[in-house]
Amino acid sequence: MNTAVSGEVTPEQLSVVDRIAADFGGARGALIPMLQQVQAELGYLPPAIMERIAERSGVPAARVFGVASFYSQFRFEPVGRRILRVCQGTACHVQGAVAVMEAICDELGVAEGGTTEDGEFTVEPVACLGCCSLAPVIMIDEDAFGRLTPEQARDIVRNYGTAQDEGGAKA
Amino acid sequence: MPEQSTSSKVTVGLSSCGVAAGAAQVYEAFRREFDERGLSTPLRRTGCIGMCYREPLVDVDTEGLGRVTYGGVTPEQVARIVEEHIVGGKPVDEFAVRVEGKRLPDEDYYDRQVRLVLRNAGLIDPESIDEYIDADGYQGLTRALTEMTPEEIVETMKESGLRGRGGAGFPAGVKWDLARQQPGGVKYVIVNADEGDPGAFMDRSILEGDPHSVLEGLTIAAYAIGAAEGYIYARAEYPLAVRRLRMAIADSQERGFLGMDILGSGFSFRVQVKEGAGAFVCGEETALIASVEGKRGMPRLRPPFPAARGLWGKPTNINNVETYANVPWIITNGAAAYAAYGTETSKGTKVFALAGKIVRGGLVEVPMGISLRDVIFDVGGGIPDGREFKAVQLGGPSGGCVPEEHIDIKVDYESVTKTGAIMGSGGMVVMDDRTCMVDIARFFLQFTQDESCGKCTFCRVGTKRMLEILDRITSGEGRDGDIEMLEELGQQIASSSLCGLGQSAPNPVLTTIRYFRDEYEAHVNEKRCPALACKPLLTYEIDPDKCTGCTLCTRVCPVGAVSGEKKEPHVIDTSLCTKCDACRKVCKFEAVIVS
Repeated sequence: MNTAVSGEVTPEQLSVVDRIAADFGGARGALIPMLQQVQAELGYLPPAIMERIAERSGVPAARVFGVASFYSQFRFEPVGRRILRVCQGTACHVQGAVAVMEAICDELGVAEGGTTEDGEFTVEPVACLGCCSLAPVIMIDEDAFGRLTPEQARDIVRNYGTAQDEGGAKA
Repeated sequence: MPEQSTSSKVTVGLSSCGVAAGAAQVYEAFRREFDERGLSTPLRRTGCIGMCYREPLVDVDTEGLGRVTYGGVTPEQVARIVEEHIVGGKPVDEFAVRVEGKRLPDEDYYDRQVRLVLRNAGLIDPESIDEYIDADGYQGLTRALTEMTPEEIVETMKESGLRGRGGAGFPAGVKWDLARQQPGGVKYVIVNADEGDPGAFMDRSILEGDPHSVLEGLTIAAYAIGAAEGYIYARAEYPLAVRRLRMAIADSQERGFLGMDILGSGFSFRVQVKEGAGAFVCGEETALIASVEGKRGMPRLRPPFPAARGLWGKPTNINNVETYANVPWIITNGAAAYAAYGTETSKGTKVFALAGKIVRGGLVEVPMGISLRDVIFDVGGGIPDGREFKAVQLGGPSGGCVPEEHIDIKVDYESVTKTGAIMGSGGMVVMDDRTCMVDIARFFLQFTQDESCGKCTFCRVGTKRMLEILDRITSGEGRDGDIEMLEELGQQIASSSLCGLGQSAPNPVLTTIRYFRDEYEAHVNEKRCPALACKPLLTYEIDPDKCTGCTLCTRVCPVGAVSGEKKEPHVIDTSLCTKCDACRKVCKFEAVIVS
């Protein structure tokens, strides 16, 4: 992990942790929801933030790291403004998800799991989005797009930002 | 001046798959159209209507005309539906897929279905508790709390024959009884909504389409067992399901179906939603409990079973979404009515998510005992594009592939297990002759390998070794003895792992070797993929007799591997070719040959 970059946190970020930890007030089993909320607000979990969570919740830092690294939802590097999930489920796989993933990565110039240079998209493979009859499927933040060809997937990522900004319809 | 219109009600299916197909835009188009025309026609939303292959779906219910379902609706078609049907009173036949009182081809999809769990899906607004109550909702709970003792409820569940729908098929009534008989005052009930099998979306559709049914079932279970607190552990990838569950909890609390002294019975119960954080192994009950407790989701040895020592060390009952959704129906209609469906050992119905190479993919509910063939061909309409059925994958990464020779088996726990597959939670992915069985086995193993929690050595290391072998085979580097090694490793992993994930991880590989050994052998011995799916084993060539030299392929090739003069046969430089398939797709003369 590049601690030189992701290790620095601002006082504002630390105060987010303090507020969320205070909300939970030491409730049992609160570690995972706490990590989820902090990540929802900050976008990711740098080490200093996890240390702060440990301090405020009384959970040992080793356990905070252990839990966070166990679950695939938690990220330790900053992510793009939008998360682009490419479904890798069985139905999508047999309907050409591999080609869709290749087209998206090629279009955005990133590897699977990577973030575009302009910080717009992070491309994440995901086990199954549960829209199997519309395979292959991708999801940008909470908008799902189905029955894609690689070319349509390219069009969607190319036009997504503009369509959103103009309040236009999604593909 | 508002227009006159028929007395109609418009309902748009807004589950995740509907939304993915563009249903939100269709909903908006109706709203705009109504506004512009000044119509006061009610516009409602509902969950999964079930005909996923026809999404986006819109129901128009008109007094005197009955219900008409439109399929594949686009925003552009909305104006015509409003003009002709809602204002004019004449349904637009060319967009309709179901018309009450008429027999359109899509009726085949419903003929064999029995919708008990999906009784409300696609009919009611999942965000309206009133619509749930109007559809006889919370009657089961009312009867349970006012007319039945906990013992009677457990007895009813046992008599119904309902078995856990998460995959293992343990009788629900017996499980409840075990938790009920445990001493001690503090007990818990949990809904396992961590539906992680790729290719399965039953639970998502139930939660999105009828969240109150799950909540009602859970509350009945809590009363039967003596639990005052419950958790719904839901997958984080299902944001809409989580939102609707939270809404349902708040609404039912307000109406007194949850909370303190429910319906004046003296029984109190509260429920929280816990969002999973992305770990497939948490579908295993002891791992799920660890996760709710805020720990790494790793399974532990059973016994003690959660019924004796579960959440926070207290007796805990865990069932999955579909199991709980059955409960209100059983309590309302009686155990005998439920047990009237199904076979000797498997009662009731099962929801399947039908997907893959199938004409009518969607969410279907069929009585136990129906044959796999009937589900795939009668309900699902068979294989599209005139291709041939090859196999159906049941049970996701824990299951196996059932080949043609066995598709006349009955859908029940024992019959499916005999094929080497498992009933599983209900994922049913159909494969045709273009699906490579070695590639599918590799696909599932990659998944379980990635999701192995790492606790048991055989699961952690063994799956890795198996994956390496499968990678080798699918990239044309298979060796003598690889198939036998896969079988041996598979058996070892199955017998040396603690939880269901490891025990069943080799199933997709072992069943495909059992039924499709020749395909493995073709990959290993001849370096050939019979289904033409494994890229490294393919070669692209141009048939000089068919090529007209139109140059289309030279223009789409992203790596400049195709060359040739205009009106002369072209050639592909195989050393440059990346097998992207672009040339084959654009060729109008079928001159690009893949072998």
